[in-house]
Amino acid sequence: MGDEKKIPKTPKLDELDKGPWPSFVREIKRAAEKSPMSRGLLGVLERSYNEKVGHWKHGGIVGVRGYGGGVIGRYSDLPEEFPDIAHFHTIRVNQPAGWFYTSAALRTICDLWERHGSGLTNLHGSTGDIILLGTRTEELEPIFSELTQMGFDLGGSGSDIRTPSCCVGPARCEWACYDTLGLTYDLTMHYQDEIHRPAFPYKFKFKAAGCPNDCVASIARADLSIIGTWKGPIQVDAAAVTAYTKDGTDIQADVCDRCPSKCMAWDGKALTIANEWCVRCMHCINVLPTALRPGPERGATILVGAKAPIIQGAMLSSVLVPFMKMEPPYTALKELVGKMLELWAEEGKSRERIGEFIQRVGLGNFLEAIGLEPLPEMVAHPRENPYVFYEEYLEEEPTEAKA
Amino acid sequence: MAETVAQRKTDIGPPHYQKFLPPIVKQNYGQWRYHEILRPGVMVHVAESGDRLYTVRAGSPRLLSIQTIREFCDLADRYSGGHLRFTSRNNIEFLLTDPGTIDPLVADLNTRGFPVGGMANAISNMVHTQGWVHCHSAATDASGIVKAVMDELIGYFTTMKLPAKLRLALACCLNMCGAVHCSDIAILGIHRRPPKIDQDRLPKVCEIPSVVASCPTAAVRPKRIDGKETVEVIEERCMFCGNCYTVCPAMPLADALNDGVSIWVGGKVSNARTAPMFSKLAIPYLPNNPPRWPEVVEAVKHLVEVWAADAKKYERMGEWIQRIGWPRFFQKTGIPFTKQHIDDFRYAGLSYQRSVHIKS
Repeated sequence: MGDEKKIPKTPKLDELDKGPWPSFVREIKRAAEKSPMSRGLLGVLERSYNEKVGHWKHGGIVGVRGYGGGVIGRYSDLPEEFPDIAHFHTIRVNQPAGWFYTSAALRTICDLWERHGSGLTNLHGSTGDIILLGTRTEELEPIFSELTQMGFDLGGSGSDIRTPSCCVGPARCEWACYDTLGLTYDLTMHYQDEIHRPAFPYKFKFKAAGCPNDCVASIARADLSIIGTWKGPIQVDAAAVTAYTKDGTDIQADVCDRCPSKCMAWDGKALTIANEWCVRCMHCINVLPTALRPGPERGATILVGAKAPIIQGAMLSSVLVPFMKMEPPYTALKELVGKMLELWAEEGKSRERIGEFIQRVGLGNFLEAIGLEPLPEMVAHPRENPYVFYEEYLEEEPTEAKA
Repeated sequence: MAETVAQRKTDIGPPHYQKFLPPIVKQNYGQWRYHEILRPGVMVHVAESGDRLYTVRAGSPRLLSIQTIREFCDLADRYSGGHLRFTSRNNIEFLLTDPGTIDPLVADLNTRGFPVGGMANAISNMVHTQGWVHCHSAATDASGIVKAVMDELIGYFTTMKLPAKLRLALACCLNMCGAVHCSDIAILGIHRRPPKIDQDRLPKVCEIPSVVASCPTAAVRPKRIDGKETVEVIEERCMFCGNCYTVCPAMPLADALNDGVSIWVGGKVSNARTAPMFSKLAIPYLPNNPPRWPEVVEAVKHLVEVWAADAKKYERMGEWIQRIGWPRFFQKTGIPFTKQHIDDFRYAGLSYQRSVHIKS
């Protein structure tokens, strides 16, 4: 294989090696300088660009011993023409929380991937993992062995708990209402078995966002969305508010008029906030970051059920717990998740996400089964239809016949 | 081999994040006071201690060779004490303590072809999926369209001249690994032809009850053909979701003549001002036209420009449409409104106009 260093001709792809945005074609070509697999990828991708159709076959079960997740099997449907990429499996490596790295750690991953794979990666995959893109079945065990020696482990895939991920949180954000990195690491370690060994009806994702800006899109993408929030009044630095007006910020138009609950008033000198009406949307804080801060009592709203369309349609997560303190060891959250997972694992249908499961059985029944009281915060409004279920009804007491 | 077995470790989890945090982050963890965006792609976070942490953000193609990652490592060694991070939208960030290193780093990144930007009222990097590079169910390529679109829109990445943030995303099929369903503008690969059943292979590789159960519209039915148990597809019921193919490889949907791209608008995940929203269908179908998908690039650019010209400050795409109404959205963009725009799946009625509040 080593002698055929020839990089295939790719006139279509070459068009995407031009232009100002960094090019993925350049990346594949760079990898192709060393890797026959990446040379093969250039060839097959050029073919897809000509034929307007992909050339990868459906999965196939591959993995490392003792794990059921973390490796996505991938085979070419043109193995004779492109033997170097007959296998092109993906490895998901669990990223460090917050996606912080040292150059030394990243280099060890690069070195490993030069020895055992295509030299191509994604930083990062959609769920958050480091994606090592393209290797052969026989390389999987050596890769896993070296990865764990380096202190890394595989992430999730298939019907397991997927690799939890989080925003930058308190590492670099003043708005983090809890330690998103700490929680993500804690949950990841707590659920190692469930991440590596699929045992659920379908996938289950955790995403930890430090504030309602939700930089990890948890409300759209996570079965369990943990979104930081606070109680009590927004903290105001009045002098800093005034300073903004000198920079040309129009407090009335840019802040008060955009407030969804219209709880802010500006008289040209002072900003007053009717905190009891605040919905904690973050807009005013986003616009005036040096002047306003979330209130001091902080925690998270726990929401459940987001997913992309397959199967029953896309869903956003909805509120399960309006406010929960988020402090190690996160016992209340883990107990809640434990009950949910147990119920869904038992009662969920194959390939039914928990959001779909809740729709099928009804949120009211779901709450009852996991022991949560129904709250008005959980719904946009109470039901509009009168088809109300009651499990029991009264019966007239049988009257005893008197002699 | 014996040695490998002896050393085999499992369930160790990822490295602890604290091992990778820069010293200034460790010292000020949870103690940040405020931040300011200094210029496109550059911000400073100021800690209660007075420490200042400068972040320089650059776009990447997400699909990265190890050579390029090593190049990023070299930059981190030179400018940020060997520390770097990535964002949820595939940007790379260098964390600096010396403001004097900002200009040289930005210049270095630009020379190497990595644009600095993606902050505040800008287009950030596009979230996207694998496409023809690696996926079996792709209806289009992902990286190619992203590259072509971002080549055109890079001027909105490197500046902050838009009314609000604009989040672009691409998923190459309805599985939406990229979860594009809450983006300001989403590009979604679609199939438009029912699965072509490989009747010889299906009975050998697929479980009939699972395949039948996988179909959300009950278009897949069990059928005996030539004495073999297999399935048939009621074609008029098929909405091309591809779920049967996920369960059964003998039912591929990919079809060069019919596959293509749809464009969706007005979604958001942030709670700022308005609640999170789904993206809604703007353009039902555009052709796959590699290598540069000119129809898709033109459509996305047009949507960005119409929104940018008409939206008020802080109005995301969806908020702008809420204000002007959908009839005016179609009027201003010149996009024809068609039968395909009207929902006909579950809860479709919730999307009908159930009032006479009509802006004209």
